[in-house]
Amino acid sequence: MSNVITIEPVTRIEGHAKITIQLDEKGEVRDARFHVNEFRGFEKFCEGRLMWEMPGITSRICGICPASHLVTSAKAGDDILAIGIPETAEKLRRLMTLGQWVQSHALSFFHLSSPDFLLGFDSEPAKRNVFGLMEEHKDFIRRGIRLRKFGQEIIELLGGRRIHTPWAVAGGVREPFDEERKARLLAWIPEAKETARMALDVLKKIHEQYAHDIPNYGNFRSLYVGLVSDDGGLEYYGGALRVRDGDGNTIADKIDPRKYYEHFGERSESWSYLKFPYYKKLDYSRGMYRVGPLARINICDYIETPLAEAERRIFKAIAGDVEVMNNSFYYHYARLIEILFAVEKIEMLLNDPIILGENVRAKAMINKREGVGVCEAPRGVLFHHYWVDSDGVIKKVNMLIATAQNNLARNRTVRQLAIQYLDGKKLTDGMLNRIEAGIRCYDPCLSCSTHAVGQMPLHVQLVDAANNVVDEFTR
Amino acid sequence: MAILTLTINGEHVSGKDDESLLDIARQHDVHIPTLCHLDGLSDVGACRLCLVEVEGQSKLFPACTTKPQEGMVIRTDTERLKKYRRTIIELLASEGNHQCAVCVVNNHCELQNLAYDVDLQYVRFPYLYPKKELDATHEDFVIDRNRCVLCTRCVRVCHEVEGAHTWDIAGRGIDCTIIADMNQPWGTSASCTSCGKCVRVCPTGALFEKGQTVAEMEKQRDFLKYIVHARQKREWVAEQIEEE
Ligand code: SF4
Ligand code: SF4
Ligand code: FES
Repeated sequence: MSNVITIEPVTRIEGHAKITIQLDEKGEVRDARFHVNEFRGFEKFCEGRLMWEMPGITSRICGICPASHLVTSAKAGDDILAIGIPETAEKLRRLMTLGQWVQSHALSFFHLSSPDFLLGFDSEPAKRNVFGLMEEHKDFIRRGIRLRKFGQEIIELLGGRRIHTPWAVAGGVREPFDEERKARLLAWIPEAKETARMALDVLKKIHEQYAHDIPNYGNFRSLYVGLVSDDGGLEYYGGALRVRDGDGNTIADKIDPRKYYEHFGERSESWSYLKFPYYKKLDYSRGMYRVGPLARINICDYIETPLAEAERRIFKAIAGDVEVMNNSFYYHYARLIEILFAVEKIEMLLNDPIILGENVRAKAMINKREGVGVCEAPRGVLFHHYWVDSDGVIKKVNMLIATAQNNLARNRTVRQLAIQYLDGKKLTDGMLNRIEAGIRCYDPCLSCSTHAVGQMPLHVQLVDAANNVVDEFTR
Repeated sequence: MAILTLTINGEHVSGKDDESLLDIARQHDVHIPTLCHLDGLSDVGACRLCLVEVEGQSKLFPACTTKPQEGMVIRTDTERLKKYRRTIIELLASEGNHQCAVCVVNNHCELQNLAYDVDLQYVRFPYLYPKKELDATHEDFVIDRNRCVLCTRCVRVCHEVEGAHTWDIAGRGIDCTIIADMNQPWGTSASCTSCGKCVRVCPTGALFEKGQTVAEMEKQRDFLKYIVHARQKREWVAEQIEEE
């Protein structure tokens, strides 16, 4: 009988982000790893269920962007039914997707990230949270909370329930929209636009204030991946995939999202449950890519709404000649540009007469054995890939989520911050705060990172070349 | 037919000797929870939710299949009965795979309503999560055995009302399951007329229409009353029944 030694991750702490910083012989940072110990096994759980149930099931994967999973799953269903959905249904799904952007982006910026910026990285930890902000920046945070509420209301008014709504279905959506709900949403627009612009002004001041720190927040070249519209505009629902490199070269364009697996591979590492996706046409070491707001603004040629387009140009100017922003701190900027875009676009969609159409659902039976749905979730491009039998029973599921796709870059960012801020062999509060802020740039949808109130629960280990833990910190 | 007098929960009531205790209780607005019973179908006493206490007897009796006797003294709402009913619901929940949140009949489910009635907050028994078969081979309908509570309403409506007798029960104990014809995929059944009656009478999300999504399926069960009335009384007018 052979000996099997199982090493349990005893250091795992429920809901904590675990980070290991590995030192070399000279005591310098060799590597840093952000361990993901969560695993919900959703893909297996779906096997044997019916394709029609998938939007309802998968929208429960995530409490933060349920609407994005819902829409993506419904799109995979459309693909299996092999039908085009009614125009009204597409516009309504677009509306919901943007509602999810506003809701999620507002949470990321106002609730989770702004306490660091406005109160300072070295401010008293007990106060560096939304409540601390409430004291000193009451109006700012109040407006942020309302902006998030606007996003929530879109999802709620369309889906009937705030989260986990099974409203989008294969073939379209379940119910048409109406004048009354349209009017309620339109009434939000001026305020939402104003808040988005206010947030941009605040962020620009933050850029000045932290000009010295910002270059350390994940400043490296990588690939950028996401959807762009047929003529290269910022896209969130349709279009095709584009891959652009850190020097501004488009290295792949108009990739059919259905063929994503020909272009993107996933690698597993023993120390993380979350896989490491990479661009297959380059090797694993060079195939690291970023998705989400930074990527979307980097890869698109224009934005169709005027206010957001004006901001995009400023963004590009900051990026310099290559016109690609390689610094993850600018995720925040990109996120705010996207909020502005979303609000403008929501207004356009609401004013489009087609949105009130009565035909919202096409019905068909199983016409294909495989279907892919794609959508730009707030954190980046999201894929649902289903295989079914002739009756529509799920045989296999593959999902590629944004937080996984940013895995390599997020680790790289943590490493960069560790190199910059590690002072000798001691872990300091200031350094941990910066690592936390670095992780937050990506707005990862892990339970540890989304504690809406207060600090991210962190467990950091500093490990020397001989694998001894020389310092450890939990909070 | 004779008229009998009996006592339910301390009230004197009268009923006919060919009625069930359940019928008599309902005529007098006494609520007894049921699951396998459905007006218009024969009763089999499968679910045991309608159990009542009869004075002088240690055994409990299912109200749906028990006939009244002169002077019977019945209780329908004792603590013991409440405890049993709750336990039955818990066992049903733990034996299948009831994820209401992603179920086609969420918010329109008899089992779920019963769980609300007994205020089921948690289940004391370990969930068995049996991997039962979902059969989507029928062109219009699906049976998901993970949500089946073995009430046999489908078996009875198919046999007694439609006359097709597609459904049967096979196996014992935990392996007990609803089968189509000779235990074959529903879609290959020669006897099924695709009338959809079984789908409508099923109290849970075990039988549903294909293409329905979460919480979308609402079951219309009134049809059964009309059919049975028409057959028994040779009257084919729905309004008359509604007036009754
Ligand atoms: S059949 Fe009823 S109890 Fe079972 S999962 Fe569906 S809604 Fe819940
Ligand atoms: S399929 Fe429905 S009607 Fe038939 S026995 Fe199961 S729960 Fe009852
Ligand atoms: S209703 Fe009487 S046993 Fe089920």
